[in-house]
Amino acid sequence: MPTLNNLQRLEAESIHIMREVVAECENPVFLYSVGKDSAVMLHLAMKAFYPSKPPFPLLHVDTTWKFKEMISFRDKMVKDLGLELRVHINQDGVAQGVGPFTHGSALHTDIMKTQGLKQALDKWNFDAAFGGARRDEEKSRAKERIFSFRSAQHRWDPKQQRPELWQLYNTKKHKGESIRAFPLSNWTELDIWQYIYLENIPIVPLYFAAKRPVVERDGTLIMVDDDRMPLKPGEKPMMKSVRFRTLGCYPLTGAIESEAATLPDIIQEMLLTKSSERQGRVIDHDSTASMEKKKQEGYF
Amino acid sequence: MDVSDLIEKDILGYLKAHQNKGLLRFVTCGSVDDGKSTLIGRLLYDSKMIFEDQLAALESDSKKVGTQGGDIDFALLVDGLAAEREQGITIDVAYRFFSTDKRKFIVADTPGHEQYTRNMITGASTADLAVILMDARKGVLVQTRRHSFLVSLIGIKHVVLAINKMDLVGHSEETFNKIVADYRTFAKQIGFENILAIPISGLKGDNIKDPSTSTPWYKGPTLMNHLETVQVEDNAQSGPFRMWTQWVNRPDLDFRGFAGQISSGIIRTGDRIRALPSGKDSKVTRIVTKDGDLSEAVAGQSVTITLKDEIDISRGDLIAGVDSLPGVADQFNATLVWMSETPLLPGRPYWLKLGSRVISASVTDIKHKIHVNTLEQLAAKTLELNEIGSVNLGIDQAIPFDAYTENKDTGGFILIDRMTNTTVAAGMINFALRRSQNIHWQAVDVDKTARASAKRQKPALLWFTGLSGSGKSTIANLVEKQLFALGRHTYMLDGDNVRHGLNRDLGFTDTDRVENIRRVAEVSKLMVDAGLIVLTSFISPFKAERQMARGLMAEGEFLEVFIKTSLAEAERRDPKGLYKRARASQIQNFTGITSAYEEPETAEIVIDTSKLSAEEAATHIIKQMQDRGLLTP
Repeated sequence: MPTLNNLQRLEAESIHIMREVVAECENPVFLYSVGKDSAVMLHLAMKAFYPSKPPFPLLHVDTTWKFKEMISFRDKMVKDLGLELRVHINQDGVAQGVGPFTHGSALHTDIMKTQGLKQALDKWNFDAAFGGARRDEEKSRAKERIFSFRSAQHRWDPKQQRPELWQLYNTKKHKGESIRAFPLSNWTELDIWQYIYLENIPIVPLYFAAKRPVVERDGTLIMVDDDRMPLKPGEKPMMKSVRFRTLGCYPLTGAIESEAATLPDIIQEMLLTKSSERQGRVIDHDSTASMEKKKQEGYF
Repeated sequence: MDVSDLIEKDILGYLKAHQNKGLLRFVTCGSVDDGKSTLIGRLLYDSKMIFEDQLAALESDSKKVGTQGGDIDFALLVDGLAAEREQGITIDVAYRFFSTDKRKFIVADTPGHEQYTRNMITGASTADLAVILMDARKGVLVQTRRHSFLVSLIGIKHVVLAINKMDLVGHSEETFNKIVADYRTFAKQIGFENILAIPISGLKGDNIKDPSTSTPWYKGPTLMNHLETVQVEDNAQSGPFRMWTQWVNRPDLDFRGFAGQISSGIIRTGDRIRALPSGKDSKVTRIVTKDGDLSEAVAGQSVTITLKDEIDISRGDLIAGVDSLPGVADQFNATLVWMSETPLLPGRPYWLKLGSRVISASVTDIKHKIHVNTLEQLAAKTLELNEIGSVNLGIDQAIPFDAYTENKDTGGFILIDRMTNTTVAAGMINFALRRSQNIHWQAVDVDKTARASAKRQKPALLWFTGLSGSGKSTIANLVEKQLFALGRHTYMLDGDNVRHGLNRDLGFTDTDRVENIRRVAEVSKLMVDAGLIVLTSFISPFKAERQMARGLMAEGEFLEVFIKTSLAEAERRDPKGLYKRARASQIQNFTGITSAYEEPETAEIVIDTSKLSAEEAATHIIKQMQDRGLLTP
C-alpha cells in the first residue's frame, strides 16, 4: 500500500484546513505577508480549490516600511494568479508619522501592524483569517491551536482555547468573534524550504544572496532600502552580499551575510547554521515571552 | 558519510534523500515528575534541533530558573507560556518538531497532571504511537494506568514504555524487569499487544540516541532508533473507501466536483461509489488535482472527484465504495470523554460534528461511567470534567458512520455546547442501536393538517417562560379561557398536572430539569400533532431546552412567551412562599436564588408585568396570535 511522505501529508492536511474554513465561515480572508510562508500557503490555496480560484480575497497590512521588492513581488503575484488583493494602511499611524526610527520597533509594530490588522478585519467584517504561522517558530506558538479564537476585541486567551481532536475543528463562534486559522501549523522551516524547492514556488528575491547596501546597527545588518534610513554623519552604506531569512519592515529585519543564491544553497546554509530563524527579527528581542504578550494584544 | 558532511558536499543528494522522508506523530504521557519535558528537550537536543542562540538562552535560563543546579535544564526548552514557566508545570498540549535522517517527528506534549485527561486525549487523537514514561524509582503508578487506558481508548496500537531515571536506580536490570512484568500484567486487561520497554535517562541521555554503556544488559533499540524504524502500518490505507464531502466545487456550470480528504482506502477512476445518507450510486469519472488528474488516490490525500451522474451531494455527505458500505443510523452507543467544566446533561441537545457533518444530538442514556484508574464501571447520572462514560446517543437524522475502531474519521466525533460554542466532549462510536434500524415512521393518511382542519384551527404551542411567581400560569389560564371562548381546542400543561404524573420521578437538579422540559416538549409535540393549541407554563430556565422545544415544532408553530418580572418583584409577591424557603436554604436549586435563569433573547412575545396587568397581557397575546395568522380558521 502506498503511504504518503511527510510533505504530502502536510500538504493534504493544510488543504483540508483551508476547505474547512471556507465551508464553515462566512467571510474568510487570506493574510498575505508576502514572505515565504505566505508563498507556500498561497500555493496550497491555489491547489485546495482548483479548478476554482480561492474563494476569498488576500489582505496585506502595509506598514509603509516593507521592502520595496516585497511590494512589487506582491503586486506581480496577485496579477499573475488573478486574485483579489486588499491593502490596508493604518492612516492614523501615517498621520502621526509613526515609523520604526522615530517611535521604536515596539510602538511601530503595535500601531502599524497590530492595530492596522484589527482595523482591516473590522472594516471588511472578516470572520476568519488565514495566517502562515508555524508551531515550530517560537515557544508560545507551540501551544496554539490550528483554529484559534479571538474575542470581538481581537484578544487571544491561551486558557480558553478549545481542544482540537483528530481533524475535527469546531468553528462555531459568537457574533463579533473571529477565527485565526493556521494551515501551516505543523510545518517546520525545513519543510517550507523543501516544499518551495520541490514545487518551484516563487518567492521574493530578497531571500537570495545579492550585493545590497547595508549598515550595521547594534550588531545587526540593516538594508538601506530607501532614503528614510537615518545615516550617522559620514556613514556610508556598505555593499555586502547578504540575504534575509525572514521578511518584514526593512528597518526591523536583520540581513545575514551569505553567498547562497539558489534554493539548495539556502537550504544548505540553513541546515548548517547555528542560529534560529526569528533571530533576525528585532521585535522578538524586546522582552521575554514577548510574542505571547503581543498575541494576547492582538498581534497575529 | 556523516549527515552534515552530506549537506556540505552534496546538498542535492541530501534533498533527494529527504524528499521521501516519512512522518511519525507520537504522544508522550507521564506524571508530573516523570521527566517528560526533560525527555522531549533531550530528543530535540540530540537531533540537533537547538540552535546556538536558543542554547545560549537555555543556559542563562537554566542558571536563573533551572532545577538542575546550574546544569542545562532541558525541560525549559519545552515549557512555553509565561504563566506556566512561573508555576513550573505544563498546562496544555504543545506540539514539538524534530527530524532525523529517516523521519520527521511531531510530538504532542501533554501534561501529566491529575485533572488533564482532556489534554491527553486531545494530544493522543492525532498520534500513531505513544511513549508512556515512568519513574524507575516508583514503578507502575495509578497515573501510569490512567495514561495507558486513555491511550488504548483513543486507539493507539504502538506503545513504548520508557522507564526513566535509570541513573537513579543504579541502572538496575532487576528493577527494570520487575516494572516491565508489573506493567505487562496490567496491559493485558486493556488489550495492548505491541509494547516495547526501554530503560532510559532523559537527563543523562542513556539509550535515547546512543546505546548506554551503563545498561549493557539491555539489547533492544534506543528510543530514537525505535521511533525512526517502527512500522505503524496504517489501517486507513487498507480499509474500504471513505471520503467526507467537505466542499462542493462549482467554478462554472460544466464542473461539479466533490472536495475532501480520503479517510480510508483507495479510489480509482471508474470505481462505483455511493453517497450517504441519500444512498445514490454513481461512478468516479475524474480525480482532479491542480497538478493534473490522477488515476488513483489513497487515504490521506486531499482531492476533488467528479461523478458520472448528477446526484445530489452536499457538504456532510459521505462518499463510500459500494463494495463495503458504512452503517446508517440515528441512535448509537458511544464512549464519551467529557471535557467541559459544565457537566453533561442527558436530554440536552448538543451539536455533534462527525467528519464534515454537524447535526443535533443528545445523550438519551448513560449506561455507566468508567473509573480511569481502576477501569471499574460505575452507575452515573451525568459526566463531569474528565470523566469517561458509555452512553446512548440520539440524533435528529440518520447519518453514515463506522465504528471508531474501524475508522477514526467516520467513528470519532465531538460534541459542542449550543450556547457557549465550546467543545464539551470527544466521542467514539461503538455500534448503532438496533432499534434505530427497526423504527420506521409510519406514513399515515390522517395527518396534522387533517386533524387541525377538522377542528377548524391552526395548531400552535405557546411556551410561557419566566421566574417562579412571575405570573405565567395566571396569564396562560386567561389566554386559554379567551381561546376557549373563541371556540378553539386547547390544552394547558403546567407543573401541577405534569409533576404529579408523567414527571413524578424527577426532582429539581439541572439534569432533572432538562429531562422535565424534554418530556413536556415531546408531549406538546404530540398534542400539536393532534391539532391542538397547547399552552405550557414552566419556569424552563435554560435556553438550550427552550431551543430544543422550538426545534421540535414546524416553522411558525412555536411562540415563546417571556413573562418578564424582576427577581425582586417575584420575590416580593412570592405567592407560594417558595422564595422565603429558598432564602432559608430549605429548597435547593431554586431558580433565581441558587440556580440560573437564562433570559430569552428572541422570544416572540415579551410581557413586562410591571407595565401590563394579567388581563391586558392575555389580550395582548391573543392579538399577537391574530397578527400571526394563527387564529384565522
